[in-house]
Amino acid sequence: MNITQATRLVAEREIRVKIRDRTFLFGTLFFLLVAAAGTILPPLLSGGPDTVAVTQEAAGPLRDAGLDVRVVADDRAAEQAVRDGDVDAAVVSGPKVLAMDESPTDVVQALSSSPPVQLLDPDAVDPVVAFLVPFVFAFVFFITSQTFGLQIAQSVIEEKQTRIVEILVAAVPVRALLAGKVVAGAILAFAQIALIAVVAVVGMQIGDSGGLLTLLAPAIGWFVPFFLLGFVLLAAMWAAAGALANRQEDIAAVSTPVQLAVMLPFFAVIFLNDNDTAMRVLSYVPFSSPTAMPLRLFNGDAAGWEPFVSLAILLLAAGAFLVAGARVYEGSLLRTNGRTSLRTAWRERETIG
Amino acid sequence: MTRTLRLDGVDRSFGDRQVLKNVSFEVAAGRMTGFVGANGAGKTTTMRIILGVLSPDAGEVRWGDTLLTRQDRRRFGYMPEERGLYPKMTTREQVTYLGRLHGMDAPAARRATDTLLERVGLGERGDDLLETLSLGNQQRAQIAAALVHDPEVLVLDEPFSGLDPLAVDTVVTVLRERASAGAPVLFSSHQLDVVERLCDDLVIIADGAIRAAGSRQQLRDSYTAPRYELVVAGDAGWVRDHPGVTLVELDGARVVFDLPAGADEQPVLQAALARGPVRAFRPVSPSLTEIFREVTQ
Repeated sequence: MNITQATRLVAEREIRVKIRDRTFLFGTLFFLLVAAAGTILPPLLSGGPDTVAVTQEAAGPLRDAGLDVRVVADDRAAEQAVRDGDVDAAVVSGPKVLAMDESPTDVVQALSSSPPVQLLDPDAVDPVVAFLVPFVFAFVFFITSQTFGLQIAQSVIEEKQTRIVEILVAAVPVRALLAGKVVAGAILAFAQIALIAVVAVVGMQIGDSGGLLTLLAPAIGWFVPFFLLGFVLLAAMWAAAGALANRQEDIAAVSTPVQLAVMLPFFAVIFLNDNDTAMRVLSYVPFSSPTAMPLRLFNGDAAGWEPFVSLAILLLAAGAFLVAGARVYEGSLLRTNGRTSLRTAWRERETIG
Repeated sequence: MTRTLRLDGVDRSFGDRQVLKNVSFEVAAGRMTGFVGANGAGKTTTMRIILGVLSPDAGEVRWGDTLLTRQDRRRFGYMPEERGLYPKMTTREQVTYLGRLHGMDAPAARRATDTLLERVGLGERGDDLLETLSLGNQQRAQIAAALVHDPEVLVLDEPFSGLDPLAVDTVVTVLRERASAGAPVLFSSHQLDVVERLCDDLVIIADGAIRAAGSRQQLRDSYTAPRYELVVAGDAGWVRDHPGVTLVELDGARVVFDLPAGADEQPVLQAALARGPVRAFRPVSPSLTEIFREVTQ
């Protein structure tokens, strides 16, 4: 059996155990509900067009404006319809607009003439969307790398704490154990996101905001490879952190540097997303590039070659962290007497043949 | 295929503390080799080096005529001193998993698991999560985990500690089976009576150095002066004045004494017969505990 087969067996076990874990299942279900609710509900809640009661003569322009027009016999009937709550507003002779307690903007607009508007940059993104999208990207990367990274660390500690690691290490190369956990974490994280994405897309179709989807597609396309490499980078750190600990209770202490490596880029991207220089830098730094580069692409700020360079940097960083993580992992996995210092782990790994 | 597992000049230190000093011994094919020593003498470190979990600072481990490789080790069965399996997996599932990690294909691993769980008396609890099993049953699961891939060599660190008497019998039967099938079996224990009952060969370690190694009989012969027990009709006190005798124990008519190596015991018997009836006269084999005490002092 070679290292690839061993890695596969380890990954299979990790996945099988995880998908039976209730916390994981409920967590996924929760995210799916949020995704469905977030895409379907807003258009539903905003309701249909305003209903307006009007006499036959004045109905034309209101109908053209897309309002729900109810034709009534005369102005008195129109006013009564408003008072009864049958319609949102009425237009009576004058012309005058009647409503109960809120000025019906849509109706007023339909009756007024506004100067022609020429958009000079028609592709620019809706400001609300521009505010939300970076948040969603950063949030997805933050939550998943945090959740699944923590699970990798916990699984490493479980093997150390129960001492089964000794049997495992005697049977398969240490690197296969590490690789199996990282692969399993990446597959689960990716599957969860894909599932959420599918629900969100279906939700957008139902909620009729498909336009946003076309806008988002290229950014999402780039987000996938960035996400995967970024995840591997962090997963290697999580596994090494787990190997340094000896009990589940130690995990907070050993994982602080990893937490910071996830948290700082998250806040940087959230708070600096309208600062061009900062975003340019962040889109090349390995820890923030998984969110920052797709964002710049989404906003149309990045040149065509930029994501490739950034992805190459991320690939190198992920490779380097895997090698370093494996070394720390090998150096600390069998030290079961209390916490291992990073220094000891780095220097005193066993060279197992 | 019967091969010998051989350690040759193995050194190992942790920091400044040297825990193994030039450790050399053999585990012969088809024989049960007991590995005894006080706590901290280096038993576990030695076994971890055999399994490749630790690497030696110097020296080597040979399997037959060649250096032991990772591929060879995958055919070894190992039971670490500190026991543990995945608490959130069923016994069946994790024993199968360990079988596959040792290179079995899925159907073979499943078959071997089913047979073995039946063997160790876990057939009905096989699909329960490990953490719900009693400690005794968890130990049985651990045995199954070490044996699932039908190993060519068994290395068991304190296999009997924490076992209930029934489980001890199961383990003993299984180990004997493996040994008679030609596998070298190395097991450590600090329960000398258990080792005495089971082992063919013995390796004694103290302070990281091998103090004695060989078959049980060889050790008995070479490490203890010839010892005899004499029971007479009257008082046996006179034996202490017999030339060459070292008194071990005197209790009225019964006396236990050592003679210098190579000395003839018959003159003592003749002297006893000259004084009156002799009820018993026989050589006494020293117990393992006595040998152990002698070689480790």
